[in-house]
Amino acid sequence: MNNYLNKTYIILNRELKGYFRTPLASIFLLVFLGLSSGMTFFLGRFFERDQADLTAFFSWHPWIFLVLMPAIGMRLWAEERRSGTIELLITLPVTNTQLVIGKFLASWIFTLIALILTMPIWITVNYLGEPDNHVILISYFGSWLMAGAFLALTSCLSALTKNQVIAFIISSISGFVLIMAGFNLVLSAVRSWSPNWITETISSMSFLSHFSRVQMGVFDLSTLVFFISMIILCLWINVQLVQVKKAD
Amino acid sequence: MSNKLISATNLKKSFDQFIAVDNIDLSVSRGEVVGFLGPNGAGKSTTMKMLTGFLEPDNGEIFINNINLKSDPLKAKEYIGYLPEGAPSYSDMIVADFLSFIGKMRGLHDNSLSNRLEEMANQINLKEMWDRPIETLSKGFKRRVGIAQALIHDPDILILDEPTDGLDPNQKHEMRNLIKRISTNKAIVISTHILEEVEAVCSRAVIISNGKLLANDTPKNLENEFLNKNTLSIKVSNKINNVISKEIKSLLKYDDVKIQKTDISTHTILVSDSKKNPNLNTVLKQINKLKLDVIEANFLKVSLEEIFRTITSENNSK
Repeated sequence: MNNYLNKTYIILNRELKGYFRTPLASIFLLVFLGLSSGMTFFLGRFFERDQADLTAFFSWHPWIFLVLMPAIGMRLWAEERRSGTIELLITLPVTNTQLVIGKFLASWIFTLIALILTMPIWITVNYLGEPDNHVILISYFGSWLMAGAFLALTSCLSALTKNQVIAFIISSISGFVLIMAGFNLVLSAVRSWSPNWITETISSMSFLSHFSRVQMGVFDLSTLVFFISMIILCLWINVQLVQVKKAD
Repeated sequence: MSNKLISATNLKKSFDQFIAVDNIDLSVSRGEVVGFLGPNGAGKSTTMKMLTGFLEPDNGEIFINNINLKSDPLKAKEYIGYLPEGAPSYSDMIVADFLSFIGKMRGLHDNSLSNRLEEMANQINLKEMWDRPIETLSKGFKRRVGIAQALIHDPDILILDEPTDGLDPNQKHEMRNLIKRISTNKAIVISTHILEEVEAVCSRAVIISNGKLLANDTPKNLENEFLNKNTLSIKVSNKINNVISKEIKSLLKYDDVKIQKTDISTHTILVSDSKKNPNLNTVLKQINKLKLDVIEANFLKVSLEEIFRTITSENNSK
């Protein structure tokens, strides 16, 4: 077990450092911080709302993640296949599951770093008023979980192709479908002709439905189970795809 | 228990309708360097990918140091060092970090890792490039990094897919010397389509074409087997004018007798016959009658290259 975790950690460590070896990490962090604060202050009308909370900040996260998570995850497997290093990895004494988990965790930890760097907004709102920090903490955790689900989806889809751009596009489109599933526009269109349980099922599959509840400070078990099972399912498919597509 | 480090039987691998490897048996013992020869697309790389556990064969079994690769892949892979075709590596990493990563994945740590890294830096001559990003290295150095990652855990088995491909003559020479140096206590399989490489470093040549194993023997035995017994070559240190030439031809009772000028002072008489192989003794006796000084007499040698062409073209025409 120790050896199993150790190898996963070595993979994780290499991947995480990999983000910082190129300008990718700094560009990503700058874009993420720029987008999230820009949207919070300008589109989310942070000051005009005159409320001591971070709703204006978190409500944009699904949309920012829709573009930025595929940008982080697109290289995970597509690049290994393009450069041929997948042959090195798979002939090492390590399982495909360890490889998939190690790589995924690296990208997820990188996202955690990005989220931690937005903390000044949290500090600002505490300076300006008295926000419910409990809700903010839950929102941060929910946001990170949602980012994990986006990343697992991207990692899985990046194993399908050797081309990072294709991996990016299919991941963004799939992510968009998963967000839109919870949009009122889609739900009301479905509600008009289908039984209630279908609408409920579609809504329960949506990143947006789960994340809106989290933003209100409601973190129920179903949300935790949803995101975690989404991650596990995507990573399981990821392992199978690596096995099937490795030699293509 | 077999003393073979690699033992593969009935290996078969197809991609859709295309049969890449068709019932290949292969075994390699410690101390052997096996040259895997074949035209492009013959199935060399596919076979190597199966031996290293990258691809699963459709049929057949592979034992690595008596461990079944299919049932215990993690244990079996520990014994193998592998240089994939084109020596892929993480080009954004520096040499030291990349080798350290592979070393750790191979179970080395602390002292054992730093000792091996130092050995690699010296043995493979990587010292001056140690802190450079791999993407900035020349092809020759990239290939060395590839060899170093395959050797980092001092494996019993080394599988090198076209280790000298794209290298300049000096680098090729160096690479071959390196392979020879490390070959004494390992089982090594190298694939190549360069025949001189097999002659230079391999103790056994395996010729493969269209996924089938066509020959498996020492380069020397292959040459003997394919010795051209139809053509006798006799080199004499005399000038042969037209008169002597006619005399030779009338004396030797064979279909085809050719006389070629080798250099200023020597000539070569080539004797062949479509019905029977020329007899060396008889021919020499006849030539002695003409008082010619024989310097060399043998059946025409066939180069490994010709053997390779003969075998693979026979297989293609089937």
